[in-house]
Amino acid sequence: MKYMDEYRDAKIARGLAAEIRRRSTRPWVLMEICGGQTHTLMRYGIDELLGNSVELVHGPGCPVCVTPLEMIDRANALARRPEVTLVSYGDMLRVPGSETDLFHIKAEGGDVRIVYSPTDAVELARKEPHRQVVLFAIGFETTAPAHAMAVLQAERLELTNFSLLVSHVLVPPAIRMLLQSPRNRVQGFIAPGHVCTVVGVGEYEELSREFHVPIVVGGFEPVDLLDAIRLLVCQLEEGRAEVENSYARSVQYAGNRAAQAAVEQVFEVADRKWRGVGEIGASGLRLKEKYAAFDAERVFGLAEVCAEEPSECIAAEVLLGHKKPTDCPAFGTRCTPETPLGAPMVSTEGACAAYHQYKRHLVTL
Amino acid sequence: MQPTTNTSVISLPSDSVKQESASAPAGFSCPLPLPAGGRVLLGHGSGGKLSSELLQEVFLAALGNPVLDRMEDQAVLSLNGMRLAMTTDSFVVKPLFFRGGDIGSLAVHGTINDLAMGAARPLWMSVAFILEEGLQFDVLRRVVASMQAAADKAGVQIVTGDTKVVEKGSADGLYINTTGIGLVRDGISLSASQAQPGDAIIVSGMLGDHGIAILAEREGLKFETEVQSDSAALHELVGALLEATSEVRCLRDPTRGGLSSTLNEIAGSSQVGMELEETAIPVREEVRGACEMLGLDPLYVANEGKLVAIVAADAAEQALAALRSHPLGAEAQIIGRVTEAHPRMVVMRTAFGTTRIVDMLAGDQLPRIC
Repeated sequence: MKYMDEYRDAKIARGLAAEIRRRSTRPWVLMEICGGQTHTLMRYGIDELLGNSVELVHGPGCPVCVTPLEMIDRANALARRPEVTLVSYGDMLRVPGSETDLFHIKAEGGDVRIVYSPTDAVELARKEPHRQVVLFAIGFETTAPAHAMAVLQAERLELTNFSLLVSHVLVPPAIRMLLQSPRNRVQGFIAPGHVCTVVGVGEYEELSREFHVPIVVGGFEPVDLLDAIRLLVCQLEEGRAEVENSYARSVQYAGNRAAQAAVEQVFEVADRKWRGVGEIGASGLRLKEKYAAFDAERVFGLAEVCAEEPSECIAAEVLLGHKKPTDCPAFGTRCTPETPLGAPMVSTEGACAAYHQYKRHLVTL
Repeated sequence: MQPTTNTSVISLPSDSVKQESASAPAGFSCPLPLPAGGRVLLGHGSGGKLSSELLQEVFLAALGNPVLDRMEDQAVLSLNGMRLAMTTDSFVVKPLFFRGGDIGSLAVHGTINDLAMGAARPLWMSVAFILEEGLQFDVLRRVVASMQAAADKAGVQIVTGDTKVVEKGSADGLYINTTGIGLVRDGISLSASQAQPGDAIIVSGMLGDHGIAILAEREGLKFETEVQSDSAALHELVGALLEATSEVRCLRDPTRGGLSSTLNEIAGSSQVGMELEETAIPVREEVRGACEMLGLDPLYVANEGKLVAIVAADAAEQALAALRSHPLGAEAQIIGRVTEAHPRMVVMRTAFGTTRIVDMLAGDQLPRIC
């Protein structure tokens, strides 16, 4: 694991930060898309290193955070059914739905299990044929291939007790919506490195051309992010708007073709709600008709489970970069990681949770 | 956490984005911890904020008294001019056997350490077993032999015990409770409420070994590692430290919830702030690597053979030397200091020279998903 150290090297980081400060003639507004990137920026205090040479706003790229309330409610409803074993990634268990979360349902006797890989869920369904195993399949383009593979594997094994509760969203439609907003302030984007590893950079080139906005594919370590910020600032100072790849150790131009093929085989593009943001057209994935037997929403008839979000939360403003988490009057008082009012305070990768976890000492509550 | 009754409504500015809704579900805007009719969650046992809420709102609310209210790792009881320390701990670790230890030795070490953190010499111990129907005698014999070996090595006598058997499925193999009694050293009184601005914060060695050794053997997560549990009895190390200096204010063993929970507890009890130096915190390369893979922070991972000492600044080097003179403290480090600034908050100066909070966890630390 030592290979990471050079991407966390304090001397290299300070050098990059100094160069950014030197090049920047005004505080450019940049957005990192991915919650993992937000987490790194806060954890290492990159914002402190940069002073006012750039303003960092935090994008909607936390998969746990943007999973809509009604999907949480549907997962909760499934977990309460006696024949169902609901399988989820750990972070989702504490995300509050309208009434409760999966941790509480588990404590009430619901069969909720944590897995680290979708393959484990398929294996569970194979081992326990009398249980209906439902995998809560959330995430961006990064987790979609593994979920597609799980469906294909279940099909091969002829499993009739395995299904997905799909809540998949896609990054480019969210960036497009943001750029189309008359209130948009973001002048450059750090594109999510893991997503681009899967899908490549083609779609980001379209966005960059259409909106004349610089986009740099960035990694997740502090030096990765500082390098991406440096490239964005250079583009902005020079009046350029193109896609650059600062995460070439992982991202290839065309992405991972095999992963894309699996996703295309199993999923199709669909409208999706984003928690805190609302519905965005063609911004997600759902299972194709051919795989309806693996679609928990259809198998269990969940369409009638709907939910409305609390009004106090300014998640939309935060997720779209209009406001900082600390601009919210509820931050750190009525809204904390233990009692989140909304999406970005829920997961450690949410912008509000990252501020709360790492930056509270710099804020007057 | 501060529960609040303030329910002022903030209007949400309109935007081109379609808003999902307007109305808040009843009770959502004013959540109180541990609501009536609620249930115990796994997170209540994590050693983080949920645990401390459970303690405050259920146990201390009903059972509170001046000794219990001190909330130290052990009770100190005066009797005929002697000061006795008493502590109890239950062990439910899974798996029962792991690299570097097992539930038996852990049950002995854990209770000895809670006594040692109160400057007590451990003397006697009770042990109670809850056994699951069907448990193999071989397993039980191995656990009991390991307990005896650990107690012998530490010079502690197991003097009373109890056994219960529950139906298959009502326990996970076996659970152990141990209670310990020890004699507090004369003239020494340690407490989490005694930290003062300027004091040094010392840890006795590498952090996170126990938690990673356990996680490496968990079902569904198995991975290869050389990391061994650090499970060990710390009373001799404490003895060496207390003989070298009388300026120790507080000792704690950072078990569940790791270093961060322990330091946050001390900062809270003493109403002080803390500032840590990230580069000074000792973490093994293998532990860092495993944490990286699992999405964990080593500062939150459990230890079973480490202590945190809060020591007056002018005695810090002396204390460090004393710890390092003992094999269990050979890798001790001064990792920070107590501050007057930002009371009840632990702040870390990162390798980059920036700062961040080291918070207490809300519940169990869970691996990230992507």
